Amino acid sequence: MNNMGAIILISVGVLFNIFGCIGLIRLPDMYNRLQAATKCVTLGCCSILLGVLVHFGIGSAGFRALMAIPILFFTATVAAHALARGAYHFGTKMDERSVKDDYREAVK
Amino acid sequence: MRYVTVFILSMIFWLLITFKFTVPNIAAGAIASAITAAIFGRYYFHNVYKFLQPRRWLWFVVYLVTFIWACIKANFDVAYRVLHPAMPIKPGIVKVKTTLRSEFARTLLANSITMTPGTITVDIIGDEMYIHWIYIRSEDPAVYTRMVTGRFEEYIKKFAE
Amino acid sequence: MTSFLNILLYIQIALCAACLYRIIRGPTIPDRMVGIDIFGILVVGICGIITVQTGQAFILDIGIAWVILSFIGTLTLAKYLSGKKLNE
Repeated sequence: MNNMGAIILISVGVLFNIFGCIGLIRLPDMYNRLQAATKCVTLGCCSILLGVLVHFGIGSAGFRALMAIPILFFTATVAAHALARGAYHFGTKMDERSVKDDYREAVK
Repeated sequence: MRYVTVFILSMIFWLLITFKFTVPNIAAGAIASAITAAIFGRYYFHNVYKFLQPRRWLWFVVYLVTFIWACIKANFDVAYRVLHPAMPIKPGIVKVKTTLRSEFARTLLANSITMTPGTITVDIIGDEMYIHWIYIRSEDPAVYTRMVTGRFEEYIKKFAE
Repeated sequence: MTSFLNILLYIQIALCAACLYRIIRGPTIPDRMVGIDIFGILVVGICGIITVQTGQAFILDIGIAWVILSFIGTLTLAKYLSGKKLNE
């Protein structure tokens, strides 16, 4: 029973990772790739770590997995924010389908 | 007082990571936490008495449940946009005003926005957050401010301000 | 069960290969950096699956350390992108 829950959680996590990597390859410009990949891959890896927690139960390994989840969330979101900001200052163009850009006046 | 809070938090973190309650382990954790608190203590937690109010913890739990539900919705949103053959995207960067004051609350709000469906925070200048949105649903600033920040802003204001 | 976990592990490694494709082909420099960032997060998933397979908890420590190091690396790359010195 315990093992079954762990397997299901890990499979869901790998499925989310697949969506994220398809987005990384298919989407047209850098900002959209960053969005899809960051969201899907972060939640997928959190789901895998939850699966580890369910598999080992309360104990040394389980708590390590539980502590890894908030670290993963904070580092992934802050890294995505820094990358987006750096890429804009670097001068990366947005896709031609973009409809709005409020940030340009703020940077100039 | 700030130093003590940082010390206690890093000690809890160490004990959860190692999960071994022997005397040498606890002593090593105490030394490492003391060094951490001495170096980084002055950067964090300007008002530590917030930790002792149970009302804030209640709002924190409400925020956490909302946040996890928004994360799961965000994943299915991304999956729909990625797997759709025509890729229905209409990206752009919008400007959103925030009313939060403290740095910690703003960081939390930016992180929440990054994990909610279709949005990612690019920069914060003064009171304004610049947000890249993968599918702009509305052109009116009042409408999209409410759509982007959602209920996170009021929850964060209740437990972190 | 072990064979199913093996399949999941191979899928995860194939996703790392997809990130490598983005790193090699990426038209601009920021594209490559997104690939590097996502690669660092995917390795944590691999660490988790190997932990369940072998039952040894120290591999999770490797995962946590990998997350933090990859975070520092990404921040450095982002600073380089926005054209600042590293001590600002």
